[in-house]
Formats: sequence, C-alpha cells, structure tokens
Amino acid sequence: MTTAQFYALCGVVLFAIGFHGVVTRAHQLRKLLSVNVMGSGVFLVLVALASRATGGHPDPVPHAMVLTGIVVAISATAVALSLVRRVHEGDAGEAPGDDAREAGP
Amino acid sequence: MSASGAWMVSLVLAPLLAASIALVVGRRSGPYAALAAAAAIVCSLAGLIGQLERHGAAASAVGGWGSPLGIQLHADGLSVLMLLMSALVGVGVTAYAWGYFGLARRRDEPFNAAASRARESFWPLWLFAWGGLHALFLSGDIFNLYVALELLTLSAVGLIGLANQRTASFAALRYLLASLVGSLFYLLGVALLYGEYAVLDCQRLLELVQGTRATTCALALMTLGLMLKTALFPLHFWLPLAHGNSPAPVSALLSSLVVTACFYAILRLWCTVFANAGTPGAGMLLALLGAAAIVYGSLQAICQQRLKMLIAYSTVAQVGYLFLGFAFLGRSASAVLAWQGVVYYALSHACAKGAMFLAAGSIMRSAGHDQLEGLAGIGKQLPVSVFAFGLAGMSLMGLPPSGGFVGKWLLLRAALEAGLWWVAVTILAGGLLAAGYTFPLLERALANRAEPWVARRVPRGMELASLVLALCAVALGLVAAQPLELLEIGAPFQPLASQEANP
Repeated sequence: MTTAQFYALCGVVLFAIGFHGVVTRAHQLRKLLSVNVMGSGVFLVLVALASRATGGHPDPVPHAMVLTGIVVAISATAVALSLVRRVHEGDAGEAPGDDAREAGP
Repeated sequence: MSASGAWMVSLVLAPLLAASIALVVGRRSGPYAALAAAAAIVCSLAGLIGQLERHGAAASAVGGWGSPLGIQLHADGLSVLMLLMSALVGVGVTAYAWGYFGLARRRDEPFNAAASRARESFWPLWLFAWGGLHALFLSGDIFNLYVALELLTLSAVGLIGLANQRTASFAALRYLLASLVGSLFYLLGVALLYGEYAVLDCQRLLELVQGTRATTCALALMTLGLMLKTALFPLHFWLPLAHGNSPAPVSALLSSLVVTACFYAILRLWCTVFANAGTPGAGMLLALLGAAAIVYGSLQAICQQRLKMLIAYSTVAQVGYLFLGFAFLGRSASAVLAWQGVVYYALSHACAKGAMFLAAGSIMRSAGHDQLEGLAGIGKQLPVSVFAFGLAGMSLMGLPPSGGFVGKWLLLRAALEAGLWWVAVTILAGGLLAAGYTFPLLERALANRAEPWVARRVPRGMELASLVLALCAVALGLVAAQPLELLEIGAPFQPLASQEANP
C-alpha cells in the first residue's frame, strides 16, 4: 500500500465515522460536527488523489476542489450554527405552537 | 464567446447580480432588483432558445477557462426545458411575493421586526437561489454541479428560516444537515470518478466511463446523496416539515423548483455521465422506490389536517413519478419516450405545485390558519385562489387537458410498449389518490358556512399569480408539441437509447 492509498483509506474511514455520528447522535451540534468530520474525510481522499499525477508534480485540480469544498463547508457550518442557536434559544415572543409537536425532539 | 455562451452566462449572472444589489442596497430595492432579473432572464432564455434551435446543443467555457479548472457551461434540450420551468415558476413567485411581502409596511400595520426582516431578506435569498438553479441546469461538469447544488441549498435553507418560528428554524436546520450529508456523498463520488478517469467534464466522462468497481461505487454514492436531496421515499423525512412551515412563496419555490433541480442532477448523471455504467437492476430499484413514494406520500397527504402539510406530502408522492423513468433503463425504444414523459411531468408538476402552494398561501392569509376543518365556505371569499387550486389539482391527477395528463400519457405509453404493467397501474392509481387529497379542500371550499367570515384582505396580485401558474399547468396540456420539440435539441437521452447496442 502506497502512502497515498493509506491517506485515501483514512479519508474513507473518517467519512464513515462522520456518517455514523450524523445518524446516531441526537444533539444538533454533534450532528453538525459529524458532518464536518465527513467533509474532512472527503477532502483527505481528494488530496490523496492529487499525488497520482505523473511528472513529479501533484495534480492541482483536486487541490482546487478541496479549496472550494472548504469554502462551502465553512459557509454551511456558519449557517447551521446560527440555526442551532435559534432553535435552542427560541425566538422571543414566539411560543412554539401546535407545529412544534410535529417537529419531535 | 459565442452568442449562446453569452446568453448562458447572462442567465446565471443576472439573478446573482440582482441578489448582490438587493443585499447591499437593502431596504426596498429587493422587489425591483427581482423584477430586473426576471426581465433579463426571460430575454436571455428567449435568446438562448433561438440560438439552440438554429445550432443545436451548445457548450461554452466561461472566460476561456474550461473544465477541469474553469467553469464549463453546457445547454441542451433538457437544460432548456428546466430553464423554462424555472422562468415560468420564478416569474409567478416573484409576482406573488410582491403582494405577499408588500413593498413597504402598510400604515395600519403594527411594526414587527421579524416580518420586516423577512420582507427584506426574501429577495436576495430568492435571487441567489434562482442563480443557483440556472448554474445547476447549465453546468457542464460534475464539480460545478456540486457548487451549484450548494449555492441552491444554502439559499433554500435561508428561505426556510425566514418564518420566525422555532419550527421553521428546526426545519431549516434539519434540511441543511440532510442536504450537507447528501452533498458529501455526491462529492466523494466525484472524487472517485476523478481518481478513475482524471476528467470532470460530463461529455468526456460519457465517452470514458465503463462499469468498473470504482465507477459503480461513485454512481451509488452520488445517486444516494442526490436521492436524499430530492427527498425520494424513504429519504423524505425532512421535506414535509420544511415545505409545510415556510412562507407561501418559499414553499412554492422549494416544492416546484428545488426538488426538481436535485432530480435534474440525478437524471443528468444517469443519462450522460453514467449512461454506460447504470444497470437495469439499479434502475428498477429506483423506480420501485418511486412507486412506493407515490403510494405512501398520497396516503399521508390524505390523512393531513393542515392544507400546507397536505401539499407538502403531495410533493413526496409526485417526486415518485419522476423516478418511474428509471424502470426503462436498457429498453432502448421506450426509454426515450418514458424520459420525455418524466421531464414533461416535472415541468407541469412545477407549475401545478407552485400554483397550489401559492393558492394555499392566499387562503392562509385570508383565513389566518390552514386547518382544513375551518376552511368551509372559503370559496366564496377567494374564488380565484380556490379555482387555481382546483386547476392545479387537475394537472396532478392527470386529467386532460393538462400538462400532467401529457406527462402521464407518455409514461403510460412507454410502460405498455415495454410491458411494464406495474408502472402503468401505479400511474393510474397515483392519479386516483391525487383526487383523494385534492377534493377534500374543494368540497369544503364550496360548502355553505353558518357563521360569518372574519377574512383578511388578500392582495389581488397574489390570487392572480397563482391562477396564472395553474393556467400554465393546464396550457402545457394544449401545446405539448413545442416543448417536446425543444427537449429533442442535442438529443439528451440518446446515450440511454443506444445503451443496448454497446453494453
């Protein structure tokens, strides 16, 4: 097994651990962190792929994809964090009505 | 840059530019920015269709930077029909939102910080989502497809969160988490594909892809991720809450455009990128899930007490129809017919579902709630909205003349040609079930009511917007030939039809 393959395998394992967390954890913040772990797994796979290029230079395309992916991940995490706060604080003056019961825990 | 390339760039750029203006200038610029964007979109789409009709499918590398590092745009009949759908529904929703959010606070209305925030935030978020939709429909490579999906998702999450309730925040959060998981599955699939073939361009991949093990894994991961985003049964758990608790224009956009856009991504993968790797067995599984979605979603819709939840579950059911096309993988002749039916059904469903949610929004505005029991006699108050709801329901049931009828008819013909009896039975049963959840509201609306109404005024523009969309859904049943001709540009389903010849 080459180093790159080892990293790619680690990425897949991280992805699986993160997915397990999203499915099994009830707390929203833990779910969000698990999604981030999944994301890191995918990025690790992409970075490992970059080493496959010939000619001694790593392939720049997966790097570009990882950079874009990180930007997306950060924005999504920020949005999710603000939503988590809103869910837990509850908006002032707005008592959860009948709908809240459908939402479940 | 070619003329068609310029029109494509303008289709993506116009809404994004208008969104940025609405975001930076704020205050009351939103509706006007949206109006300008809508005008630009309609013109660009007309220009693009003119170009494509003359020269066939078009590709364009933005700024001369193509795939894999740049942005590769691609337009064929399938993209054009989706763009047409987005333009129709988008213009309708924009007109509706103009009345729904109001241009400014009315004098008699007490100041409400949350309502005023929603009024300002709706426009940039919707325009970003519109830009994301167009970027998605025009994406020529699988990584840009991912970026467009994320742009769309993040704006949609913001739109769901506009309603100032904990339920809405919770629904938005759950949608965001489900959607992120879906995107990461998709991205891992992209990584596997790039590792195998070192290209991202859809058309190049079509030539290169073979049924290796890594490719099959990538196909499974990407399809699974997008199924979650499309809310195909049993991965629909996030949809009813998110679509049933948003402001009316947002529900309409989510159910008619966003869901269909995610389905478009699946369709693009299966009929272009993976045309040589998708197996009939996997397709059959997807179609069976679609059939289950039709039955389950319709039964849930019939059981609902709230009008908006009813329509949301109807979306779960209608998504099922879109997946029925996968039953025809490997059956060359009827496959093309079936996919035409599916795409046509998606187009008319978008118009009908948009009209339904918009009409429900008017009803909710007038009655102050959407509990079905309390809506007896609403037909006298809002005859136009109830009529629009009925017309849209007609298209969902698949009664002629309506777009839904044409879509189901094409699918039925394909099913009978291919001998897939269970598909035909599901389509017909789904129509009956749709009647089961459309009629209860109509029946109550036309009933007499003993106590007098304390109905609030509904702006005329809101009622008219829902009626126009519903009429579009019906008109699609009368002018089916032209849209189906447009769909033929570039023969998007050709790779599937020739699948049998070179397996």
